[in-house]
Amino acid sequence: MNAAWNILDPAAPAPVQDRQLAINRRQFFGRSATGIGAFALAGLLDRDKLLAAPPAGNNGLPGLPHFPPKAKRIIYLFQNGAPTHIDLFDYKPALHKLHGTPVPEEYLVGKRFSTMTGNPSGKLMLQPIEPFKQHGKSGAWVSALMPHTARIADELCFIKSMHTEAVNHAPAISFLLSGAEIPGRPTMGAWLNYGLGSSSQDLPGFVAMTSVSKGTSCGQIFYDFYWGSGFLPTRFQGAKFRGSKDPVLYLSNPKGMKPELRRGLLDDLAELNQLKYQEAGDPEIQTRIAQYEMAYRMQTSVPELTDFSDEPEHVLALYGPQVREPGTFAYNCLMARRLAERGVPFVQCMHAGWDQHNSLTTELYTQCKDTDQASAGLVQDLKMRGMLDDTLVIWGGEFGRTPFIQGNIKNRPRWGRDHHPYTFTVWMAGGGVKPGISYGASDELGFNAVDQPVHVHDFQATVMQLLGINHEQLTYRFQGRYFRLTDVHGHVVKDILA
Amino acid sequence: MVVAGDPKASALMDRVTTSDPDDRMPPKKLGRTLSASQVTMLRRWIEQGAVWGKHWAFERIKRPVIADAKTHPVDYLVEQRLNDEKLTPNVRASRETRIRRLSLDLTGLPATPEQVDSFLADTKPGAWERLVDRTLASPAYGERMAWDWLEAARYADTNGYQGDNERTMWPWRDWVVRAFNANLPYDRFTIWQLAGDLLPDATQEQVLATGFNRNHMINGEGGRIAEENRVDYVFDMTETMGTIWLGLTLNCCRCHDHKFDPLLQRDYYRFTAFFNQTPVNGGGGNAQTPPVIEFGSAAQAAKAKAAQATAGQAAAAVQRRAGELEKQQAAWESKTAQDTPASPWRTLEPLRAKANKQTLEILDRDRVYASGANPPKDEYEITYGLGPGEIRGFKLDAIRHPKMTHGGLARSDSGNFVLTDIRFRLNQPDGPGAELEISGSQATFEQGPFKIEKAYDKQADSGWAVWAGKPIDRDHAAVFRLKQPVRVQANAELLVSLTFNSKHPQHNLGHFRLSATDAPKPALDKGEDALQRALSTPHEHRNNEQKKRIREALLASDPQWGKLKKEASDAEAKIKSLSKGLPKVMVMKDLDKPRPTYVLTRGLYNQKGEEVQAAVPPALPPLASTGSTNRLALARWLVSREHPLTARVTVNRFWQMLFGIGLVKTPEDFGVQGEVPVQRKLLDWLAVEFIESGWDVKHLLRTIVSSEAYQRSSVIATPAAYERDPQNRLLARGPRFRMPSWMLRDQALAAAGLLHPEIGGAPVKSYQPAGVWSEATFGKKKYQVAKGQDLYRRSLYTFWRRIVGPTMFFDTAKRQICEVKPFRTNTPMHALSTLNDITYVEAARAMAESLLHDANDDAARFRIAGKRLLGREPSAGEVKIWKRSLERTATAFAAEPEAARHFLSHGASERDESLHMETHAAWAALCLNLLNLDETLNKE
Repeated sequence: MNAAWNILDPAAPAPVQDRQLAINRRQFFGRSATGIGAFALAGLLDRDKLLAAPPAGNNGLPGLPHFPPKAKRIIYLFQNGAPTHIDLFDYKPALHKLHGTPVPEEYLVGKRFSTMTGNPSGKLMLQPIEPFKQHGKSGAWVSALMPHTARIADELCFIKSMHTEAVNHAPAISFLLSGAEIPGRPTMGAWLNYGLGSSSQDLPGFVAMTSVSKGTSCGQIFYDFYWGSGFLPTRFQGAKFRGSKDPVLYLSNPKGMKPELRRGLLDDLAELNQLKYQEAGDPEIQTRIAQYEMAYRMQTSVPELTDFSDEPEHVLALYGPQVREPGTFAYNCLMARRLAERGVPFVQCMHAGWDQHNSLTTELYTQCKDTDQASAGLVQDLKMRGMLDDTLVIWGGEFGRTPFIQGNIKNRPRWGRDHHPYTFTVWMAGGGVKPGISYGASDELGFNAVDQPVHVHDFQATVMQLLGINHEQLTYRFQGRYFRLTDVHGHVVKDILA
Repeated sequence: MVVAGDPKASALMDRVTTSDPDDRMPPKKLGRTLSASQVTMLRRWIEQGAVWGKHWAFERIKRPVIADAKTHPVDYLVEQRLNDEKLTPNVRASRETRIRRLSLDLTGLPATPEQVDSFLADTKPGAWERLVDRTLASPAYGERMAWDWLEAARYADTNGYQGDNERTMWPWRDWVVRAFNANLPYDRFTIWQLAGDLLPDATQEQVLATGFNRNHMINGEGGRIAEENRVDYVFDMTETMGTIWLGLTLNCCRCHDHKFDPLLQRDYYRFTAFFNQTPVNGGGGNAQTPPVIEFGSAAQAAKAKAAQATAGQAAAAVQRRAGELEKQQAAWESKTAQDTPASPWRTLEPLRAKANKQTLEILDRDRVYASGANPPKDEYEITYGLGPGEIRGFKLDAIRHPKMTHGGLARSDSGNFVLTDIRFRLNQPDGPGAELEISGSQATFEQGPFKIEKAYDKQADSGWAVWAGKPIDRDHAAVFRLKQPVRVQANAELLVSLTFNSKHPQHNLGHFRLSATDAPKPALDKGEDALQRALSTPHEHRNNEQKKRIREALLASDPQWGKLKKEASDAEAKIKSLSKGLPKVMVMKDLDKPRPTYVLTRGLYNQKGEEVQAAVPPALPPLASTGSTNRLALARWLVSREHPLTARVTVNRFWQMLFGIGLVKTPEDFGVQGEVPVQRKLLDWLAVEFIESGWDVKHLLRTIVSSEAYQRSSVIATPAAYERDPQNRLLARGPRFRMPSWMLRDQALAAAGLLHPEIGGAPVKSYQPAGVWSEATFGKKKYQVAKGQDLYRRSLYTFWRRIVGPTMFFDTAKRQICEVKPFRTNTPMHALSTLNDITYVEAARAMAESLLHDANDDAARFRIAGKRLLGREPSAGEVKIWKRSLERTATAFAAEPEAARHFLSHGASERDESLHMETHAAWAALCLNLLNLDETLNKE
């Protein structure tokens, strides 16, 4: 029985190569040729009319999306280090009253904290460091630390009852992005790249960018498994754009190699590879020819992508003064919009430095300053262009921070909060999410998600739903079982769907 | 579910045939259905009695019968299958194709034109076999084989995680290369790596081999719980063993019984018990966490030996000279006693000494010694009787004592004290007492802010202390100068009060002496005082310290001894610095007392369930019944003849290396969910052959590559042939696939003549664009590109930082956990690498240069270029395009010489400036294109 299931059965893929081969299989049935040098195409037709070249883009899996999507693309503004929900979005007046008093014991039963807190018993409660106000028609509570976000509150859907399982950064980020604390599973972007593909002919389907506020004392590192493809083929992993004028490694022609010279050489190369194909008949050669073409186009499209000279002043102003500085969060936000415009379906901007163990009254201000305006600016910019309707923007970190203090309450300059997985806040905008609402709630101390808790897997299921994917059906077989982003869990949070 | 012999009564048949979508198997959400013939097969199987054996991979391996002695057994089995499928195999590939294929497969380097020519010229029978033997004998073979092993063994040069400290495991990597080159049988290769430390009389090499287990990541993040890390490391070691030898996905059983394979969660933890015995505690990010051994390269070992010899000779010379000097000691003593100036310090003898809390005793008339319960704080008052004379200052000697902590100065936690206050009060017989005011001071040492002034600053809790960051290994002293000299009358009394009121508890000075002086500028002496005292003590009364002091003074007085001593200490320093440069390799060692192992609920380190003992799963053969149940027993079990998995799993990986896809295409999973081999007989035949050859890896590879199946042309003759068997599982064709990126780099360096063939040693930093490390680490790690020949070492030696792997490679294992299946993707990023990475641009320039040197006409140059990269001469059609390309590029460069100059400026190797620049540039551009040919990128 087993043998019959496997032999030459294209439905039983060998994880690494088959997808490519599946595409190649489809070629035999006459998929149209797009995105290939004219010469290559001529040669191709010459040899065998049955064999057409694969497209340089990536078409995703057949049958996907499972249903019409609300969002066509995602821009994930990931805030590494865990922003303090207590001080930014999750307003708890009771904390003013309890400020300086020991944390009520009943909140601590059975809880695990990082070894920096250890035993939380007797820690003192700490009130939000800045005042909160209600904003917009929706009346959303936002701290004075986030004035720009406050102004667009009516565009946002705050999920105030997020909770997770990990208490340290890397496992928690990995959990949020890949559904597992231990590295090795595909991240959300890789899953979507694999399942939905990308219509972009000139750019990768999944792009990751990173930034960190200047002077940040924390040392969180951006591991490349944060945008990894895990066991999926590596062509689905996020292309990491670097924080410099040259965002793609090896993009530029070597000095002395002019574009027109390279063009000619690539045509020669395609012609030679075509000769090889005539002889060897390996369809992978056609993919290679197409990928070399895509590489050439990226040499043009990427510099054009990073050239902001076509952006009017009023647009640049939306993102704030750092927008011209490569490597900043503001720069990456504008890059994200430009990528989205060019058909890149998943952009992940990660900003580190939110780990306020002892810097609530110092570095937190910088963090907010560096991210608030650009995040809000991105949402406004998308809206102005009519792109917000089908672009999902997500803003949030890997967990929250303790409502009690880390540090000495008499020493305000060193106030801090420790890691807190039991509740935190994430906001979304656009892409089929109800605007101007708050969903779920934590208890009166911001300690536990009590009303409509949203687990990380629920969050992932919801994001996939917005993209037209049934999260239970996008699977990949590896090491003897079918894997999916949401493991064996996850419920779509229907109440936030527009 | 199944009633043997009766399909109608078998629920199974209902479930696969029913039209009710809710009952129908397989479930709809899997998106797969059984074909009619598969259903028929099931029915027939039930009719025939539904015989259900063990899962194939758990059955003992038997050698299939080869009925035809004349045919190569591999071909016999492959062709049987091809006949069944009515497929016609391809013919043998050309000699040129085959030598290139073989050379890349077994050495990771292209055959040189000379090697190609000599193979083409060998027309006698057995030419292929001779070529195979030559290739297997190349030292490059071990390097090629090592790469895949390093990926499986998750080898890297750093820890991974935050901090990502740099480790020195490379002697282990070099051992792997040596082991493959020496063709160490795979059973020993296995035993040494898993348990070499436990072998009787284990050699250095056998212990070094166990570094294999320690290649796992180390998490030094702050806030991590040590035990949680430790358990992670044990999991990793266990699962790596599971993947490499068993081909089983043990990780599934961390949290629950295996869903498909006969493995229970308990079995998993029984496996972990073998690895749970090292002294590693999981704390910290030390990249050389003990147990470690020092293991340098041969050159380093030779240097260390020489330094040892030098140091030995120097030490002997010092001893000899000391012996000579001791003979002259008596004469030296009397002369020195005269020459040494009399000490200005007079020792004072206490009349009384008392403390608020402790007992103070007076030892040898002049020293005060504290004993009894040691309070957090205390205050002493010592009374001295004084004779007439003048006093300008006092000296307090703090003297070490064996009863103090670590033989130091106090009974505090460290042996340190904090003197927070000292006062001198003089009672003259005829007048009222008066406090003596201190105007200045001097101390042998001051610990940071614990300055000597703090002892008389009238602040209650500040004071003088002497901790220097290490256990106290010397006496200390402080001098207090008086503001006004004081004239002392006969029978006066001096009251000295010492207060220890620091917030550091128990820092009470435990043993001291006081002296006074009338010298105009009271100061610490340089030991003359103590020396004079020692010399004036009769031999038989001298204590050890005094004897030592005299001996040291004697030696120090001799310039020749000083010179010899310096030579000796330089030699010692050299040994130390060499040893510091010696890599420490983390290896295995078991605790004397076994650590208990538990089932961990949901895999959580602190959720201990049932205690388990080291054992192997009941579904597999038992461990040997003799000897300890330890890692050694486990390793021997893995390579026992009865073991059904190790040989199959290993043979499959070697097959995968050569054919691009394993006979079982899930090399990491031979369980029920893995693939059943398309050619099971072939796999089993090879596995038995491997075992019975004595686990001879070279023999196995020789066997495979000498088959026709390996030597066939890889051409896909028709789309139909491809459609029939896209992955070439039936082996009607030879293998054709894109080489690993590391091999592409090695190939380019070799074809360009740049490759530096040195084997082994510390990792090197090949070209990598600036800023990649610093961007990933917030500037904490900076990449220093290598210089000179180190730029052209084989890829195997490139430094591997785990959190941001080398950018010049793509589709590699991530070196974070064990990986045994190669990635092979085809993306534009890869094209950009091989088109624009300086490695390839420089290789193209160097290759062009040597072509221009090697021949005078273009036609000959084309031939050489083809041979170097493709192992063959180019076809007329190719030459036509190459020529056209070259001419067009040459015209472009001629029009813009500056561009030519720039294009030739890449890379650190020197360029021959005597060559015509524009011609050189045009050839370099052509070579860069040739390095990017699909055929160059593929092994075919």
